[in-house]
Amino acid sequence: MPINYYIFLSVALFAIGIVGVLTRRNAIIIFMCIELMLNAVNLLLVAFSKMHHLKAYALNHATTVGTEAQLFVFFIMVVAAAEVTVGLAIIVMLYRNIHSVDINFLNRLKH
Amino acid sequence: MTIIEILFWFLSALALFGALMVVFSKNPVHSVLWLIVVFFAISGHYIVLNAQFLAIVNLIVYAGAIMVLFLFVIMLMNMNTESEPQKSKWLRMAAALSGGSLMLIMVAALKDNTSKVTGMFTAEANIGLIKNLGKVLFTDYVVPFEISSVLFLSAIVGAVILGKKESSTTHS
Repeated sequence: MPINYYIFLSVALFAIGIVGVLTRRNAIIIFMCIELMLNAVNLLLVAFSKMHHLKAYALNHATTVGTEAQLFVFFIMVVAAAEVTVGLAIIVMLYRNIHSVDINFLNRLKH
Repeated sequence: MTIIEILFWFLSALALFGALMVVFSKNPVHSVLWLIVVFFAISGHYIVLNAQFLAIVNLIVYAGAIMVLFLFVIMLMNMNTESEPQKSKWLRMAAALSGGSLMLIMVAALKDNTSKVTGMFTAEANIGLIKNLGKVLFTDYVVPFEISSVLFLSAIVGAVILGKKESSTTHS
């Protein structure tokens, strides 16, 4: 599989996530679409890591080039887990205050 | 068609279909379940790409912990009704148009790159195993690792403070 196919797959997943964020009104669905976009980026990072590794593997068979990209994905997952905790706590608090998670009711900062 | 190609196309189709179903399901619980399908497909891609540790972590952290958290919140709010208000037709069409044009521009910009690595995914690689990753993580990247523990602590404190019952501190 050439790297192009992975790029196109990640772009497609990212675009689906953006369409979801723009079309839905439920705050939790919007949050899930953001997770989808994060995963598309992770997939692209892993594919690039593999490509980079294979390029170095042809010269030296004991190379560990490409490990950094996988650790980057690992740290992205860590940050995403922390983000989900705080974001869901905010959504629960909003639901307790206005009894809805419809984002059209969340424009109170305007007034 | 080798087995790698068959796996690639199957997992890609599964991921894209699941992602579309996440966006277009009316019921939020179904959206969560389709998102779990997408995460399984992406984990399969990780295994094909020789990133075994990341595949397992993706399953445990995303499909196991985060999605269960989403399900908890959805069922706590008793939101599994299908009567969610929709945006107007024109807004939805504009959103689909903008997302589609972003994808079109990215594909048009990237379709002509000539990859020098053609025989990809044939050689075996063991950089994704836990031995190599752990060695690098605890020598070169030990400071970001410790900082991420502080990040988790602040996330715990933030979640507790936000989720706590409002006491006499507010005057609303």
